[in-house]
Amino acid sequence: MNFSLFLTELWNARLSLLSGLGDTILISAASVVMGSVLGVFIGLAMTYGQKWLRFIVRLYIDFLRGTPVFVLILACFYILSVVGLDLTAFQAGVLALTLFCSSHVGEIVRGALIAIPAGQTEAAKSVGLTFGQTFVYVLLPQALRQILPTWVNTATEIVKASTLLSIIGVVELLLATQQVISRTYLSLEFYLFAGFVYFLLNFVIEQAGRAVERRISIP
Amino acid sequence: MSPILTISGLHKSFGKVEVLKGIDLTMQQGDVVSLIGSSGSGKTTLLRCVNLLEDFEQGSIELAGQSIGYKQDGGQRRRLSEREIARQRAMTGMAFQQFNLFPHMTAIRNVMLGLIKTKKMAKDEARAIAEKWLDRVGMGQRRDHYPGQLSGGQQQRVAIARAIAMNPQIMLFDEVTSALDPELVSEVLAVVRDLATEGMTMLLVTHEMRFARDVSTKVVFMHQGRIHEEGSPDEIFGAPKTERLQGFLANSEF
Repeated sequence: MNFSLFLTELWNARLSLLSGLGDTILISAASVVMGSVLGVFIGLAMTYGQKWLRFIVRLYIDFLRGTPVFVLILACFYILSVVGLDLTAFQAGVLALTLFCSSHVGEIVRGALIAIPAGQTEAAKSVGLTFGQTFVYVLLPQALRQILPTWVNTATEIVKASTLLSIIGVVELLLATQQVISRTYLSLEFYLFAGFVYFLLNFVIEQAGRAVERRISIP
Repeated sequence: MSPILTISGLHKSFGKVEVLKGIDLTMQQGDVVSLIGSSGSGKTTLLRCVNLLEDFEQGSIELAGQSIGYKQDGGQRRRLSEREIARQRAMTGMAFQQFNLFPHMTAIRNVMLGLIKTKKMAKDEARAIAEKWLDRVGMGQRRDHYPGQLSGGQQQRVAIARAIAMNPQIMLFDEVTSALDPELVSEVLAVVRDLATEGMTMLLVTHEMRFARDVSTKVVFMHQGRIHEEGSPDEIFGAPKTERLQGFLANSEF
């Protein structure tokens, strides 16, 4: 391994790699945020919805969780364009990861909500809170504390899954790295480097998650 | 004087099991009514019907002149909207066996929540009222503690403050001392007794017979979903008429 050569090439490729990293972060953040918002509604529907709604949502969750993310990404990119919904590769990828994320978040939100004792809802009702208020001020804050560790885990899964977007041509960190390798032939060095950056990214997410967990823990 | 609470012909079933088989009960302002009876007699269910934690199929509950939970609409019995029901629930205050404080809020935040969200009070006003009531139940010093940092008796006192701060027409107590260690029971009963002395209208389910005798204006003995016998504490505890009540009292601790 020629280290100084690698450093030189790394410096030369800095802009494209940074741009790839930026895309990776953007894709992951957008998918996690939108997927989580959607997931909370899905969890809500699963827990409190009418029977028919629960049935539909259950199908949605099972379908998405039973499908490989890779297939989901290909489906969003190729199938949606057939039915006339023209998304860029970036948009299709974010959509796929959002759906994937929402099914996971939906399931963990449901689990957290049913774990809250019924007495909490009753107490909230008895001081006159509506269902919406009960959810926002009493149930959700307790559920969020409960799901935080699992949710952080889902976020890191999404970061890792974002590499799959390279297949449909989104130049995120992995594809940017591969492009650099095809130019420099320093495959071992740059793959190691990319792996290290992914590790760093997820490490930061996990540490941030722990910090938040400590902050909001209930005495 | 017109009664503050009128329950008439109340029926309630859980699936095929009928747990309330026609309850009639009236309370005047300032009345303290204790519901006693063995478990499964329907007393807790009756209490929970008053603030609509349980729906009921037949009969009516009228609180301060309002029909609770349902209205007659062209001969049809209709459930009120969730918003209406939420508003009516705020007319009652409830203390639970398991306290049910919100664990992610400090004591004072627990009391303030309903004031701010239901009564739409400004924070300062809500805080002042919450402080007043926490002081009254002897929890003023612990107002910034979380429920997990309080003993059972302290939690229950905060829970009572939370309910009463809403200035309800009637307070409902559902076995508020049953989950407490024996040495913590008296501090909670003292709070309830205080409220009774001040003329709060109260309906309570209790297993504390001595307390029921001391504090009640009327005692209602329930059995198998019906009111089996009712009367003044002296009548119920001093001269029970029915065999069933005599048997129940003989097996109860005083």
